[in-house]
Amino acid sequence: MISKARISVAAVALVAMSGVGFAASHSQGEFAREIKARQAQMTLNAFNLGILGAMAKGEMEYDAEAAGLAASNLAASSSIWMPTAWPEGSDNASTEGTRALPAIWAGDSDIGAKAQALSEAVAALQTAAGTDLEALRGAIGPVGAACGGCHKAYRAEE
Amino acid sequence: MRLFRYLGLLVLAGLAGFWLLTRPERLDPSSMSGMTGDAARGQLVFAAAGCAACHAAPGAEGEARLVLAGGEGFASPFGTFYAPNISPSPDHGIGGWSAQDLANAMQHGTSPEGQHYYPAFPYVSYANAELGDIADLYAYLITLPVSDTPSRAHDVGFPFNIRRGLGLWKWLNVGKGWVMADPGDAQVARGRYLVEALGHCGECHTPRDALGGMQRDKWLTGGPIPGSSKGRFPDLTPNALKWSAEDIAYYLETGFTPDFDSAGGAMADVIQNTALLPPEDRAAIAAYLKALPAN
Repeated sequence: MISKARISVAAVALVAMSGVGFAASHSQGEFAREIKARQAQMTLNAFNLGILGAMAKGEMEYDAEAAGLAASNLAASSSIWMPTAWPEGSDNASTEGTRALPAIWAGDSDIGAKAQALSEAVAALQTAAGTDLEALRGAIGPVGAACGGCHKAYRAEE
Repeated sequence: MRLFRYLGLLVLAGLAGFWLLTRPERLDPSSMSGMTGDAARGQLVFAAAGCAACHAAPGAEGEARLVLAGGEGFASPFGTFYAPNISPSPDHGIGGWSAQDLANAMQHGTSPEGQHYYPAFPYVSYANAELGDIADLYAYLITLPVSDTPSRAHDVGFPFNIRRGLGLWKWLNVGKGWVMADPGDAQVARGRYLVEALGHCGECHTPRDALGGMQRDKWLTGGPIPGSSKGRFPDLTPNALKWSAEDIAYYLETGFTPDFDSAGGAMADVIQNTALLPPEDRAAIAAYLKALPAN
């Protein structure tokens, strides 16, 4: 005969397991697909910046054609305009798996101006990348500043 | 009766001790005589010391970062401190100061009126700044635009609102000299000056004790961000920071990590300043960080 105590232990275990299952699905969070999509865009930006940066740092030999291609890929990936990947409520206070701050969606948000600053810096980099190594080196700094400008205001620290 | 007399003497001795220990220190009045600051050099000191990161108005960008109106708030376990106006306004800023007043503020945390500053102003670090650099910085600061925004009072409760008591805190924390006793070569020595003194990196990246003093035996090993539940200032010692010296210098120039993520938060402000330094200075900072002990 099964004791009442055992039944309670089993019940507690079941509840705990379902709780684990719930927590696991919850950690996916709302807007998980949108967050994944916009983070993929950032990954693409970083990949092409990595090629340009490696040349600037001297880790990779400068190649005007490869630099020009990386810069135009960066221009393409950074200008993908997909507001659908940034729905309201997909901030770090409302869901999981993101460091996007609610300030992005606030009334006084200047995220549009920040995006414009990035697009200008990337356009200058695109011109410089295929010119020569010195020009490439000089043009990466402003792109970094534009990235930082947005991350400072709108991304939570780790 | 006699007991009371002894007790009275003891209290008097205690008060005298407190008075002596908490007296604001100042430089010898002649210590900067004959020094003429160079504003162009001072501009680099200004960048290295990161003055604008705290003293520019909150959210200021571009040229507006040179208007040192103050107002940025700094949360701490002791209250919230607000950066004051240090523009050359005679009424609300440092317009009436001498270079020596600036040196007393930076090296001793003492105001021209002889009051203690709160150590949210990083004079524990600036104590190691060279007087020549302070003279240059002064020459540059007085060329900046005037702001007539009054400084905001700090929001600090009892007993921390008794400034005299800061003398005891200073006695415990100020004037300890360099953390890295022997830098070994000139490049690391320059890096030590930039990191420990002007750059005041330890103010965020070194954990603090219960009284808010930097734990020098845990130098640059990171710590919690005040007012943030999960954020941490990262450990910069070779224990945790595995980047090459070139990667560190490049990060300080562009804000890009070796994975080409970018600096955010307060560090984005710091990069705005380190980007202005000569490349040798960024390399020196990297060399110093690589020379820190791993334990």
